[in-house]
Amino acid sequence: MNEKPQPSLHVPEPAGRPDSEPDFSAMSIPKAGSVKRPEVDAAPEATRDLACSMIRVLDRDGEATGPWAGALSDKELLTGLRHMMTLRAFDARMLMAQRQGKTSFFLQCLGEEAVACAFARALAKGDMHFPTYRQAGLLIAADYPLVSMINQIFSNEKDPLKGRQLPTLYSSREYGFFTISGNLATQFIQGVGWAMASAIKNDDRIAAAWIGEGATAEQDFHAALVFASTYKPPVILNIVNNQWAISTFQGIARGGSETFAARGPSFGIAALRVDGNDYPAVHAAARWAAERARRNLGPTLIEYVTYRAGAHSTSDDPSAYRPKTEAEAWPLGDPILRLKQHLIARGVWSRERHAQAEAEIADSVLKAYRQAESHGTAHGGGKPSPRDMFEGVYAEMPPHMIRQRRQAGC
Amino acid sequence: MAAMTMVEAIRSAMDVAMGRDDGVIVFGEDVGYFGGVFRCTKGLQAKHGRTRCFDTPISETGIVGAAIGMAAYGLKPCVEIQFADYVYPAYDQLVQEAACIRYRSNEEFTCPIVLRMPTGGGILGGPTHSQSPEALFTHICGLKTIVPSNPYDAKGLLTAAIEDPDPVIFLEPKRLYAGPFDGHHEKPAVSWSNHPLGEVPNDYYTIPLGRAETRRSGAAVTVIAYGTMVHVALAAAEESGIDAEVIDLRCLIPLDLETIVTSINKTGRCVVVHEARLTSGFGAELVSLIQENCFYRLEAPIMRITGWDTPYPYAQEWDYFPGPERVGRALIDLMEG
Repeated sequence: MNEKPQPSLHVPEPAGRPDSEPDFSAMSIPKAGSVKRPEVDAAPEATRDLACSMIRVLDRDGEATGPWAGALSDKELLTGLRHMMTLRAFDARMLMAQRQGKTSFFLQCLGEEAVACAFARALAKGDMHFPTYRQAGLLIAADYPLVSMINQIFSNEKDPLKGRQLPTLYSSREYGFFTISGNLATQFIQGVGWAMASAIKNDDRIAAAWIGEGATAEQDFHAALVFASTYKPPVILNIVNNQWAISTFQGIARGGSETFAARGPSFGIAALRVDGNDYPAVHAAARWAAERARRNLGPTLIEYVTYRAGAHSTSDDPSAYRPKTEAEAWPLGDPILRLKQHLIARGVWSRERHAQAEAEIADSVLKAYRQAESHGTAHGGGKPSPRDMFEGVYAEMPPHMIRQRRQAGC
Repeated sequence: MAAMTMVEAIRSAMDVAMGRDDGVIVFGEDVGYFGGVFRCTKGLQAKHGRTRCFDTPISETGIVGAAIGMAAYGLKPCVEIQFADYVYPAYDQLVQEAACIRYRSNEEFTCPIVLRMPTGGGILGGPTHSQSPEALFTHICGLKTIVPSNPYDAKGLLTAAIEDPDPVIFLEPKRLYAGPFDGHHEKPAVSWSNHPLGEVPNDYYTIPLGRAETRRSGAAVTVIAYGTMVHVALAAAEESGIDAEVIDLRCLIPLDLETIVTSINKTGRCVVVHEARLTSGFGAELVSLIQENCFYRLEAPIMRITGWDTPYPYAQEWDYFPGPERVGRALIDLMEG
């Protein structure tokens, strides 16, 4: 007798948990160089297969190959390597500062350095990023002063945000870096709005909106896709798929969709899916999308496949929810080691020069760190004034706040 | 000068602002070609072009989020939420973004947006087309909240709101769009055409934010109201025969505390009236401020006449609505008690 199937709830689970070995066998990774490169004026529909594949430039031997290769000079690649190494050294230094109690909180970018660092170099001055908290690479690749970042993290007397914002939630209009919000996804539709404004003014500046794969479940993401689809403003919609949203694996937000990028063509938005640990591939995809935006050819959705090799933040312990060795098992490798290998293969870099650069970078990070420390840390020294707490809520302080400031004795 | 309804005055404010500053952009659900379900944006697209006045997808998060991005770029979006009851999907964008961007970026980025939305009941709108959510905005630092009570104020205040460097919530009492409604729903509707505040300059003018207006002078009791309730309070004063002073707040944040305190120090009695429900309503804030500032001058407890703590009902609309009879009874009780 046939049993009638009973409805049941499907709750996806990741392949690996702390009690099991890492397992990425379900991940399909095309050969480097095998994915086609459409013309920048391609119809969104023509990118449907790219949204379910993965653009990769660097092969296993560190050679750059295929139609997406060749966009960057030796000098640009060496600069890229330096940016990623700086970000990694900065993260290591600041994690230590957090452990020493010099700040209460820090968020690192370990393993994802290529995404923001390579993307940043595809945009121009005047363009605007709407970042999340894991795009510090945008600032570093734009040569924003490290000391200003550390002053913000220490909430000291030179903190550009006057102690009002959680450490690492930077803001810099001059560097095209919109003020980071501590909640999720809100910036995605704001980036679309900024790009709409640019289009309304017939300006050639473009916006880049950023989101993590977990936050794509928020309504702001879907509003952003609808608005981008309707008004076709010059915006690049970046999804950083680092596999983990705190303890939640990417399958919870992705659901039954094959990839995150696949959401794009369904909205009539061109989409690319990229190896996020492949610096030249990220840059090539970003450049394709930026040219498209600047030529008024519409928005592009890009998914970067990468891996959050560190904890979500200093308040998180990933060993409680994923296999301990998962980061080492990540099949797309480490972005810095891969670019290093490529530059050595190109004959413009060596292990010795790499070690030397590492030392130089650690030194310059330490120098910035010491300088910031002299302006105060959570341990003591200069800090923003309580009076700063009341400033900047409105352009002009209303009477009720003036009364409160008086009550607070500042 | 011209005789204008509140709808026409609001439209005129946007029209003049768009003419003066090409950074002023108007958008929302149905606001483009059609001109809005209440017709506030009628003709603006035809006059100012499709990229300055346009329809949006039905997504309040999208409307407000996009407006914030446009403001960061340097435009001045003046957007419509079709009913105040529809604003909740955008609450995250308002509270954590629009209201906080100036502060958290140390003024590198600002958010000069205006959110217009029809508020209040009296039009048989039921639970989702009648709400007065002003207290949800006045609680948020970084926002300003305006509720005009007549066409003249509506234009002057909306113009000031569009020019304001910070985000402004502009609540339009929809029962006042066509005429000065005093709560007597059983009587024929009155239009703005014979009302002195229905005379509105065609040209540019502003009314500064944060200044209340005394609509009726009196010595016995102070009635504090805003929006539709201003007209209800005026009717209640006439019909009860109590010599009430009626203050129209116009702006809830920033609040004109001085006008309130001066009046109550004169009368010694106070009734706060709003259409929104009682508990944690803006009246609670007013009552606290009054007792902090006028305690030794008060001769009776401060009263609140408001909507009940229920959803806004459909068939029982006039049992919910704080009409002139309830307000009048409160005035009499206050004098006799």
